[in-house]
Order: sequence, then C-alpha cells, then structure tokens
Amino acid sequence: MIESLDPVLLARIQFAFTISFHIVFPAFTIGLASWLAVLEWRWLATGNPVYAEVYRMWVKIFAVTFGMGVVSGVVMSFQFGTNWSVFSDKVGNVLGPLLGYEVLTAFFLEASFLGVMLFGWNRVSPRMHFTATLIVAGGTLVSAFWILSADSWMQTPTGFRVAEDGLFYPTNWLEVIFNPSFAYRFVHMVTAAYLTTAFVVGGIGAFYLWRGLHVKHARVMFGMAMIMAVSVAPLQLLLGDRHGLNTLEHQPAKVSAMEGLWETQEGAPLLLFGWPDQEGETTRYALEIPKLSSLILTHDLDGEVKGLKEWPGDERPPVAWVFWSFRVMVGIGMLMILTGLAAIGLFLRKRLFDTRWFQYLCMAMTPTGFVAVLAGWFVTEIGRQPYIVYGAMRTEEAVSPVMGTSIALSLAAFILTYGFVFGAGSYYILRLIGKGPDAEEAPYGAHGVKDPPLVTRLVSKEGDQDV
Amino acid sequence: MFSFEGFLDLPLIWYGLIGTALFLYVLLDGFDLGLGILFPFAPSDKCRDRMMNSIAPFWDGNETWLVLSGGGLFAAFPLAYAILMPAFYIPVILMLLGLIFRGVAFEFRFKATGRSRRIWDYAFHFGSLAASFMQGMILGAFVRGVEVEGRSFAGGAFDWLNAYSVMTGVAVVFGYALLGATWLVMKTDGITQDWARKCASYVLGYVGLFLGIVSISMPVMNADVRALWFSLPNLFYLLPVPLLTASLFVMIWRDLHRGREVRPFLMSIGVFLMGYIGLGISLWPWLIPFEITFRHAAATPTSQSLLLVGTAIMLPLVLTYTAFCYYLFRGKASHESAY
Ligand code: HDD
Ligand code: HEM
Ligand code: HEM
Repeated sequence: MIESLDPVLLARIQFAFTISFHIVFPAFTIGLASWLAVLEWRWLATGNPVYAEVYRMWVKIFAVTFGMGVVSGVVMSFQFGTNWSVFSDKVGNVLGPLLGYEVLTAFFLEASFLGVMLFGWNRVSPRMHFTATLIVAGGTLVSAFWILSADSWMQTPTGFRVAEDGLFYPTNWLEVIFNPSFAYRFVHMVTAAYLTTAFVVGGIGAFYLWRGLHVKHARVMFGMAMIMAVSVAPLQLLLGDRHGLNTLEHQPAKVSAMEGLWETQEGAPLLLFGWPDQEGETTRYALEIPKLSSLILTHDLDGEVKGLKEWPGDERPPVAWVFWSFRVMVGIGMLMILTGLAAIGLFLRKRLFDTRWFQYLCMAMTPTGFVAVLAGWFVTEIGRQPYIVYGAMRTEEAVSPVMGTSIALSLAAFILTYGFVFGAGSYYILRLIGKGPDAEEAPYGAHGVKDPPLVTRLVSKEGDQDV
Repeated sequence: MFSFEGFLDLPLIWYGLIGTALFLYVLLDGFDLGLGILFPFAPSDKCRDRMMNSIAPFWDGNETWLVLSGGGLFAAFPLAYAILMPAFYIPVILMLLGLIFRGVAFEFRFKATGRSRRIWDYAFHFGSLAASFMQGMILGAFVRGVEVEGRSFAGGAFDWLNAYSVMTGVAVVFGYALLGATWLVMKTDGITQDWARKCASYVLGYVGLFLGIVSISMPVMNADVRALWFSLPNLFYLLPVPLLTASLFVMIWRDLHRGREVRPFLMSIGVFLMGYIGLGISLWPWLIPFEITFRHAAATPTSQSLLLVGTAIMLPLVLTYTAFCYYLFRGKASHESAY
C-alpha cells in the first residue's frame, strides 16, 4: 500500500484540493468587494441609510470570506515549492516575477486597507473610508490580473526559450504577461466572480423577500442582483464563446475533449450528453445535434473539427472530466441567462419582487456560481493535461522529490483542517445571513481601539465610550 | 531583454531585499504570534479581547511579508525555493496549518458565542504556537545545512528533526513571546499591561539564555563560522554585535521595571535585529548553508531586473501605507468587542 502511493497523483490531488478551496473565496470576494464599493457610493451619493445598513451586513460576510481566502491563499504560495519543486526551479525565471508582482501590487494593498475598511469607521472620514473600499476592490482585481496571467502562461506559453540546461528563460516580458489566452481568461474569470456574487446576493435577497424580512434591504439586494443577472449573464456566454475559439486555436486537444469528439470530421455534431470512454476511444450514448459543433467552432456548417484521435493516447487529457465539467458550467450559464430573462418579464409586469416561484428559483440558484467557477477551472486545468506548461513540460516531470507518504499525510491533514475551519466559516456566514441587516447597530468595528480618533467631524460618536 | 546586470549587483541586492522582507516578517508577525502564545495565560477574557483588538487591523498585512518572502525567493532565487520547500516539507505544512487556525480565529472568535468561543481561543493559541515553533525548527535545521544533489534536495523526510532544531523552535517561541509582551505593554493599560510587563521580564531571561546557546553553538558546530568570528582582526569588528545585544537586555529589564511603555518594544526589536545580523554574518554568503551561495541560486538577470523595477516603486509605497495604518490605529486597545 505505502509503496504504491504515487507522488505525482497525490501531489495533483493535493494541489487540486487546496486550489479548489481557495478559488471559491476569491470568486466571492472579487465580486463582493466591487459591490460593496457600489453600495457605499450609493450611500454617500443619496444619504439613504438602507445602503449603509446593507453594506454593514455584507462587509461582515466579506470579512469572514476574505479571512478564509487569505489563509487558503498563503497555503497556495508555498504549494508551488512543496509539491512542484522541479517546476519551480525550471520556470521560476518566468513565473516568479509575476507572482512577486502580485504580492507587491495587490496583497499588501488589500491587506492594509482591509483593516481601514473594517475597523476604520470612526477613525477616518466617510470619503476616506469609501476610498479604502475602492482600494480593496481594486486590489482584488489586480491580484486576479497577475495570477491569471501566470496561469494563462502555463496554458499558452509564449515569450520564452528553453536552454540546454533545461531551464526556461524569458525572452519577451510583454509576451509572457499578455500571452494569447490571458485577456480571455481574465475577463471571463472576473465576470464569473461578479455573476457568482450576484446570484449569492440575489438568493439571500429572495430569501428575505419570501420570508417577509428586512424588506427594504432585501429589495436593494435583489434588485441590484437582478440587474447583474440581466446584463452580465448573456455577456458571459459571449465571452465564453470567444474564450473557447481562442482555445481552439492554441489548445485544440482541449476543445476536442470539451466536445467529446474522437474522429476528425467535417460538419461535426454537437454532443449534448454522452459518456466519453477513454480506452474505447469513443463517446457512448451520445445525444447529438448535427453540424452544430462545426457551426459554433468554425462558423461554417461543414467546417472541419479535429477529433481526439489526432493526438497519441498519452497526449490526451482525461476526456470525461473535461466533457462533463464543461457541460455543468455552460448549463449553469444558460440557467443564469434564463433567470435574467424571467426577471425582465416579471419586472415589466411589475411582479419582480413578489413572485413566489421566482423567489424559489433565485434561492436555488444561490450556490450555482461557485459550481460553475469550479467546473470552469476543471475544464481549463484538466484539459491542459498531461502538460503542466502546455506543450513544453509534462506534469509528471514537475513533481518534488518528496515521499508519497508525506504528501498523503499532509493531504489528509489539509482535508481535515479545511473541512473543520471552512465548515465553521460557512456556519458563521449563515448565521450572519440569519441575523440580517440591523438598523440599530453601530458600525462594524466602532470599538476596538480606544483614544480619540483623528477625524471625528463627520461621524457620530455613538458607541465610542470607554469602559 | 532588458536587464540592469551591467551596472547593478542584482543577486546581492535581492539577497538583501529578501533578507529584509523576512526580517520584517519575523518582527511584525512575531508580535502577533507572540500574542497568540501568551493568549491563554492572560488574566481575564476582557484582557484577551483587548489583546485581539490590538492586532486585528494589522495581522493580515503582517502575514503578507511571509508571502513576499516566499514569493520573492521563488522569483529571485528559484533554485533555493525549489530545494528548501521539499527539504522542509513537513514543518512548512505544519506551519501553514497553524497559520490557518490562528488566521481564521480573528474573525470567528467574535462571531462565536458561549462555549464555542473557547474553540477559537485555543485555535488562536495553538495555531500561533505551532507556527512559531515550526519556524524556529526550520531555522535550526537551516543553519545546520541541507543535503543537496545537483539541483534538488537529496535528504530524507525527517532530516529537519533533531535536538538542535527543537531547541531553536523553543527559542523562537520565547523570542516571539517577548515581542508580543512588549507590544502589549505599549498598546494596553491597566491589568493587561501589568500582566504583560510581568510576562515580558520573565520571558526576557529565557530569550537571553537561548540567544546565548545559539551564539555559542554556531561556531562550535562549524569550523568556518568559528574561523570567521574568532580570527583576530574580525573579532574586533564583530565584537559590537554581542556587546550591544547584552546592553539591550539590561536596558529592557530596567525599562520594564521603571514603567516605560514604548521603549521595551523598540529594544526587543533591537535584540532581534542583532540576532539576525549575527546570523547573517555567520551564514554569509550561503543561501542554502554550506551548499549553494546566493549567486549560484540567482534567477536570470532579466527576471531579477523586472521585479526590481516593481519593488523600487512599490516597496516605498507599501511601507508608507503600512505606516499610515499603524498611525491610524495608534493608541491603546480597548476590550470592547469589534461588533
Ligand atoms: C481570480 C482570482 C484568483 C486566483 C485564480 C487565485 N487567487 Fe489567490 N487571492 C485572490 C485572487 C485569486 C484574491 C481575491 O485577491 C485574494 C482572496 C482574499 C485575499 O486576500 O485576496 C487572494 C488571496 C491570496 C493570498 C493571500 C494574500 C494575503 O495574504 O492577503 C495568497 C498568498 C494567494 N491568494 C495566492 C494564490 C496562488 C498561489 C494562486 C494559484 C495557484 C491563487 N492565489 C489563485
Ligand atoms: C483558482 C482556480 C483553480 C482551480 C480550481 C484549479 C484546479 C486545478 C485542478 C483540478 C488541477 C488538477 C488537474 C489534474 O490533475 O488533472 C490543477 C492542477 C494544477 N494547476 Fe490549477 N486550478 C486553478 C488555478 C490555478 C492557477 C491560478 C495556477 C497557477 C498559477 C494553477 C496551477 C496549477 C498547477 C501547477 C497544477 C498541477 C499540475 C497539474 O496537474 O496540472 N492552477 N488545478
Ligand atoms: C454561458 C456559457 C459559457 C461558455 C460558453 C463558457 C466557456 C468557457 C470555456 C471555453 C472555458 C475554457 C477555457 C480554456 O480553454 O481554458 C471556460 C472556462 C471557465 N469558465 Fe466558462 N463559459 C460559460 C459560462 C460560465 C459561467 C456562468 C461561469 C461562472 C459563473 C464560468 C466560469 C468559468 C471559469 C472560472 C473558467 C476557468 C477560467 C478561465 O479559463 O477563464 N463560465 N469557460
């Protein structure tokens, strides 16, 4: 048993486990930070306290999520070295500076101004507080920029050469950073984060409306979320389509796996469902729409689409994973678009805020953004296999000289810890949702630090009394 | 490809920068972790609330210096990163798990009510303790050297575990506790401060003891280090380091008994600085002791140059707004819950 522990497989499982946990938090915090900035802006512009109360409810949820994002992210920054040390050694020249820039331009910014955002209510003026919120929101986007640039370089590497010593050397930084898939991935991922947040917020809003709780606040949440669903969900379909066409150009094997196509053919069908069989080199029980694949991918009913048999067996990604993850993501995307359409219909009939079935639907949609984000990453990352740097370095060459047993034990420790810690975190978030916005409450972090604040002119002093 | 290689000694600059980032991490997260180490011994729950509040706005920024040290090592010295991480696989993972528990405790503790709050009190304490202890063990194992073959780690999974690294682990725990206690003397008043003062003078003795053991053991264990410190002209140049350290100890002790509030913290930083300088002198120019120098491990010049541009612009900015945050949240912490 012990000797059969394969370090490569274990390292992959461990990396997949920790990154999948990590990405759930950024997917939410990127969207939430921007939304909080909008709320605070509305509040400063209109003076309507409802916005401030909604802000205060969600900033607590933001704080919990952000905390979990940070601790799981710190793990990620060490996983490159602990799990993929050969990879780190070989591509460090190329990827190292990108990750360094992420720390310098994003992490410090987010971390420092988060403190102001959470605890600074009566130490700074409302304007300065708003600035802090904006900076945190900007920081999350900058951080997405760099990490997605690094990941995209692994998908579509450009601007480098491999020297005789086997190391990767950068030859053109702009080509490294703005590699061919980066722009598509960045836009698609940020949009995904916004959609994820919108459906969480909308789902909670729908829940309050359904129960008749906090109705004023719930209308703000629900209404803003529906605006996002209406405008951004169709956009995501468009962006995803562009992203897929770009992938077809640079990683055609991945697209064949997404489509579940084995034979190269003209006028290829679109497989709605089926069971890809890696050994049998076929997709069983396929339910297909004739010629649609060719139409989508080549914009021509009889265009040629490559099948997986074009590549030797050891250069194909695990097809079933890619195929199914892709369908989950696109399926959820379609549901989101439908939700948006329904919202328009109800809005025109002035029933947006009190239609029962629609409230149930929105509540059911609450977690779907996370599922789609994970599914999308599964498509991207598993579809890149068996390469870690596409076309240039295989995953099994990348692994650290660490015993399988060590990895297995640490994986078990991660599973236990993450299960416990993030389970508790979800529980506290649910409790915060149960509590809802509170009009009476002093601002978040009103206490905490004694001594007269520097700027008190514009802020009420309630709750600042010493004990 | 652009590069500053022609007129800047890039590897040396990066050696200094990473060293600085790591030192800032040790100082800044040191007092956070030290607070966690002292946490359960505080006289009351109110004191504990106050302790938490005194660092809640800062801990995330402080921990980011660790990410910068790790990320910077990856960027500037990828070879060293690729050897050290597998070498310290187990302690690094344990440190990360510790940091998870103490990191989430900040948020969760204020959300929890009744009994479950205890869970996060302990998560905070044991998380901080584990992270500090593992950092100390990594330090101990690091100074004794790492087995390298070609471009990768060639030792066993438990090479880092020995009596020496256990000793350095305990030493770092006491060192951080000193930083934490003197931080509290500065940031609190009343019973919390009295208690912190007592802790500080108690811990101070242990820190002195361990610093002595480490200082003596380094030259004893390694002939090169011995030659460096005890050959004649060197001894005179280097003598100020131990002398200054000794006088800092005396001054901290006196200040604590005279009721000074800020100076003990600043001088504890001084103690750490001296220890760090001493270590740096002993290990020069090794990045992986006695195997790989910082020049050998350096990334290609264009990579080091690219990140240097960003660092030259961003680091002063980062330091400025970090200082702004400390200024903003100056003054004594209260025990009031943040909610
Ligand atoms: C699309 C966005 C995205 C993606 C793909 C990743 N992250 Fe992330 N990460 C963020 C977006 C983000 C963020 C939104 O910026 C976070 C969430 C909470 C936070 O503090 O920043 C963050 C936090 C965060 C932190 C903690 C920063 C701190 O101390 O404040 C680290 C070290 C990392 N991440 C590292 C990684 C690594 C090594 C990744 C890949 C392997 C990764 N992240 C994927
Ligand atoms: C954040 C969302 C991400 C998710 C959910 C994710 C998911 C995954 C999954 C499931 C695997 C395993 C694939 C397999 O073994 O078949 C994997 C592998 C990997 N990913 Fe990601 N990934 C994400 C982002 C990233 C980023 C941003 C990077 C790099 C900067 C990255 C680098 C890697 C590496 C190094 C591996 C290991 C080698 C491999 O198996 O390909 N991933 N990821
Ligand atoms: C509606 C139709 C959608 C289409 C056609 C689509 C298309 C795609 C494609 C082709 C990829 C793989 C890119 C690659 O080759 O690496 C991808 C990745 C991804 N998708 Fe989608 N997508 C859709 C909806 C969504 C939705 C609704 C979400 C989340 C809310 C989402 C989140 C992601 C994420 C996180 C990734 C991985 C990162 C990336 O490569 O951008 N997608 N999508």
